[in-house]
Amino acid sequence: MTDATQSGPMLAADGTPLKKSLARSLRRRKLRALALIAPLLLFVMLSFVIPIVSMLMRSVENGIVAETLPLTVVELQNWDAEGGELPDEALYAAFIKDMIVAVEAKTHTRLGTRLNYEQTGMSSMFRKSGRNIKRLDPEADAPFKEKLIEIHDGWGDVETWRTIKTHAVPITNGYFLNAVDMRRTPEGAQAQPEDKQILIKLFGRTLMMSLIITGACILLAYPVSYLLATLPMRVSNLLMILVLLPFWTSLLVRTSAWKVMLQQQGVINETLVWLGLVADDARLVIINNQFGTIIAMTHILLPFMILPMYSVMQTIPPSYTRAAKSMGATNWTTFWRIYFPQSIPGIGAGSILVFILAIGYYITPEIVGGTKGVFISNRIAYHISSSLNWGLAAALGTILLAVVLLLYWCYDKIVGIDNVKLG
Amino acid sequence: MAALTPISRKPLSVVLPTVAIAGGFVGMFVGAGQGNVLLGILIGAALMAGLAWVYITVLDNERVARWITVLGLGAIGFFFAGITGLIAGLLVGWFFAFFIFWLYEGRYRQKLLPYLTGRQVFEHYLFRVICGAIFVFLITPILVVLPLSFNAQDFFTFTPEMLRLDPEGYSLKHYRDFFTNNEWQRSFKNSLIIAPIATIISVSLGTLAAIGLSQSHVPGRRAIMGILISPMIVPLIISATGMFFFYSDIGRFLEGTLGMDKNFVGYVKVILAHAVLGIPFVIITVTATLVGFDQSLTRAAANMGAGPVRTFFKIQMPLILPGVISGGLFAFITSFDEVVVVLFVGSASQKTLPWQMFTGLREQISPTILAVATILVVISIALLTTVELLRRRSERLRGLSPA
Amino acid sequence: MKVTITTLMASALAAVAGGAMAQEMTIVSWGGAYSKSQLKAYHEPYSEKTGITILNDDSSNEAVAKLRAMNEAGNITWDVVDVVASDAIRLCDEGLAMEIDHDTMLEPAPDGSPASEDFGELIVSDCYIPSIVYSTTFGYRTDLVGDNPPTEICAVFDLETYPGKRSLEKRPINNMEWALLCDGVAKDDVYDVLATPEGQDQALAKLDTIKDSVVWWSAGADTPQLLADGEVVMGSTYNGRLFSVIEEQNQPVAMLWDAQVFDIDGWIIPAGLDEERKQRALDYLRFATDTQRLADQAKYISYGPARASSAPLVGQHAELGIDMAPHMPTDPENAKNTFLYNYEFWADYRDDIDAKFQAWLAQ
Repeated sequence: MTDATQSGPMLAADGTPLKKSLARSLRRRKLRALALIAPLLLFVMLSFVIPIVSMLMRSVENGIVAETLPLTVVELQNWDAEGGELPDEALYAAFIKDMIVAVEAKTHTRLGTRLNYEQTGMSSMFRKSGRNIKRLDPEADAPFKEKLIEIHDGWGDVETWRTIKTHAVPITNGYFLNAVDMRRTPEGAQAQPEDKQILIKLFGRTLMMSLIITGACILLAYPVSYLLATLPMRVSNLLMILVLLPFWTSLLVRTSAWKVMLQQQGVINETLVWLGLVADDARLVIINNQFGTIIAMTHILLPFMILPMYSVMQTIPPSYTRAAKSMGATNWTTFWRIYFPQSIPGIGAGSILVFILAIGYYITPEIVGGTKGVFISNRIAYHISSSLNWGLAAALGTILLAVVLLLYWCYDKIVGIDNVKLG
Repeated sequence: MAALTPISRKPLSVVLPTVAIAGGFVGMFVGAGQGNVLLGILIGAALMAGLAWVYITVLDNERVARWITVLGLGAIGFFFAGITGLIAGLLVGWFFAFFIFWLYEGRYRQKLLPYLTGRQVFEHYLFRVICGAIFVFLITPILVVLPLSFNAQDFFTFTPEMLRLDPEGYSLKHYRDFFTNNEWQRSFKNSLIIAPIATIISVSLGTLAAIGLSQSHVPGRRAIMGILISPMIVPLIISATGMFFFYSDIGRFLEGTLGMDKNFVGYVKVILAHAVLGIPFVIITVTATLVGFDQSLTRAAANMGAGPVRTFFKIQMPLILPGVISGGLFAFITSFDEVVVVLFVGSASQKTLPWQMFTGLREQISPTILAVATILVVISIALLTTVELLRRRSERLRGLSPA
Repeated sequence: MKVTITTLMASALAAVAGGAMAQEMTIVSWGGAYSKSQLKAYHEPYSEKTGITILNDDSSNEAVAKLRAMNEAGNITWDVVDVVASDAIRLCDEGLAMEIDHDTMLEPAPDGSPASEDFGELIVSDCYIPSIVYSTTFGYRTDLVGDNPPTEICAVFDLETYPGKRSLEKRPINNMEWALLCDGVAKDDVYDVLATPEGQDQALAKLDTIKDSVVWWSAGADTPQLLADGEVVMGSTYNGRLFSVIEEQNQPVAMLWDAQVFDIDGWIIPAGLDEERKQRALDYLRFATDTQRLADQAKYISYGPARASSAPLVGQHAELGIDMAPHMPTDPENAKNTFLYNYEFWADYRDDIDAKFQAWLAQ
């Protein structure tokens, strides 16, 4: 470049300075690359990323209290939650006004459901009180304090108002606290009572079992992939059918098949009893526990490990190992120093695939996992489709997603996402 | 090369103890079944060693020896445990008939390199046996599904009639159910419509994006890659609810504003949702293939006057085709086996096969599910075999392998 | 490239889609034998009468979540939804189901008494139209209990007399009540006791005594399969499933009706339908919940009709030709000792007790 500046700018064929021309061509190439990516990126962003993010935002959204009881929430600001005194008449009057509007719009029961996640009994309190409050007149029937307590004695309990005040914030950390076995109280975050703590345990178990499943898949897939990669093409392609067949069989069918195999009157136990290896009254318990989940999921995810490993091992030239052997290396040294290092990208790709898929599974654990083999996704599914506590489900999902993204990032740093090969 | 290894007969001192060990091993199971393990081992070992000795020193006729072993052990099995015993006996007999002569004639060395030590030969076969066990693990659930689909009862249970191989215990009624039941037929048809179209969309868009991603100087490459792979890593139940909102907006727009048919819009929604789920697999496989792609080839093509489109189809596409195909397979399977998202995004008229199976498992267990699985397995075996035969044929035509 | 895909898609879809856009309504139910009984008893005669095509959607299991999502998206594609009572209460609380005026919107009983009296206490929510009464009860393997078949609910907790596994549903509801009943709590006090943390601990402690022998189920089809396999000695499930196992599949299984828990299944109409669809849905429900129709359903499945006036009309099974009345959970012989599911209680305590129950399970 220094030469160029001395003798004037270097020119391209069309007379523009070369630097400019190169920059333009680089820009054009960037644009072309982006143009190729753009349709898909837009599609995925619009139809997946944005909806999912807005779903996950529910883990902090909590506008419902302030929207349903606007006047009450303002009054609650002036009430001292620590004092142990019931709020005064002004608050009760505001509450009645809010409730009359809410009952008209039928939103009071929805608020009751929301608050019931925090304090048991709120749901029926709002539902029952709603019917009676509907008949009150905000002007004529004052004062309300006694009347309301008469309608339901829950309104005479300080705890009720403390709960409403604590959860009257539009953005809450409550769901996230719940997701890690804590809860939001007037005194700040506190641990859940011991007999309700389960989610952290489930997170730990999900991670632990996904790791075990990944490990089991590596152990089983490595020899098979090695065999497939070293055998002549026509034999290995036939054996490949054995790998692909279970892959083509529905997940539900395979899981049911494992149930038939593993249960106490199942194929494995019957065979063992028939062979006399196991006494009839001491049949193996290999289903409805962690063992069942691990076996079934290892089987289901094994092809996801074999295929990437196989495609990487196929590219390892056999001449390297032969060269090592001819120079006097033992079988073990050849494998460990020459072959294994080259197969690592395959292990990495397979592991990340299997691990990510395993961590999000819930149908298989639900069917064969019993009580100790279920995953955190089972709870997410429960809160989405059964308890309707979508805030908690979203918080659990966000944490799970964060864990996966962290792992993805680590993987990208260590192996590089480009090295993932699927086949 | 390996076939040139000379083989020679092995001395009895090697063959007899090995056969005796194997015989003892099998005898252990039989003995345990009959209540006396030790006796089983002894009889098994003695019987097999004796047979081997007789065959090798006295009989010296392999064909006759094989028949004797297979039929003899079959008869013993039948005597002890009826039909099942007969089958087990025939199988064991077949194995020993092969095993004795395989050892004695030294055939196990035939396909190995001549300079291997005895230990290496042993390790070689040990490795093969381990791999065989893993293949058995992979395939057993299917072996369970096949017979159960012919169950005469409506449960996933091996009935006593089935175990006795009594024709009463078997029936084709679940297959009949699949072929005559409207619900099953409709959901099968739906799956056959949705999965291929979703695959085509994810493969075409995914391949283009992968090509874009593989070029140098793409700004924000990692982030883009992360976004494109995200459908694989978000737990499905979250994706399902999230996508529901997007697709009902889309649905309203297509139906209300553009006045499209409700059914058609339903299919579009499920297809697009499944296409998104398949994209990560396509991106991952195709970028992996492109890592090894020689960019100078496209430049050469451009140099010789080919336009970008022509370059793509004539030069790039054929070279990355394996990656595209395997990504497509993953995408197809994702859609064909997906139940959570379709439950949310789809409606009754888009019921897919997995959905129908899911309701089946929940509401009324019926081996029709297994019949469907069996049919799919048979179809895929046929497909995979055809592909393999075609590949061999083209290899032969191109002279790559000896006919 | 994109153009070809679109045309491809369009042509492929047009082949399937096509078809009359005449009057259509989507009715959501559970699938399997239950949907079949509704098809025979309600949908087919109604279509014949009115010419309206009825689409069956087997989504009742996800109905609550999907209805909420539909409501938020403002795009409700369902017209009538079959849900259990507790789901109906939740949907009504969330404002996702329409309120029903039972007396004006439904047929009166043949004797002229209004529908609300005919259904009586089964109307557990303002949005709900009950159609059947089912019960969750136990079935046991007759060949595994020896000469001493169980006659009362506490046999479930008696591992000495009835060794072997039992299957229970993987949720606190029903199990907690049975545990308390067998731990000496009087029937009328069960929910009072269960409302206290000590009572909940007591129930869990009782369940703890059989925890190692329990197979937990989550789909209604599980217990029949487990019983058929002989995997469990006894197990809880819906009485209609047991009927099918015993009478249709001829398995060596018998019913244990003691302390059966009554529950209700019925219809709701999603909130926010336009007037035309709402009227159509109401017209369908007026037809499908009249006295005769409810009695008709019992020909196909052994669930009791929700109307008192339907009970005398229950006849014989459509295929087996056996009398259905003795197989109804409401039959006096079966209903000697029954337990009423307390909807109010579980609407309040479900989240709390479920968390404890799951934590207990995971221990």
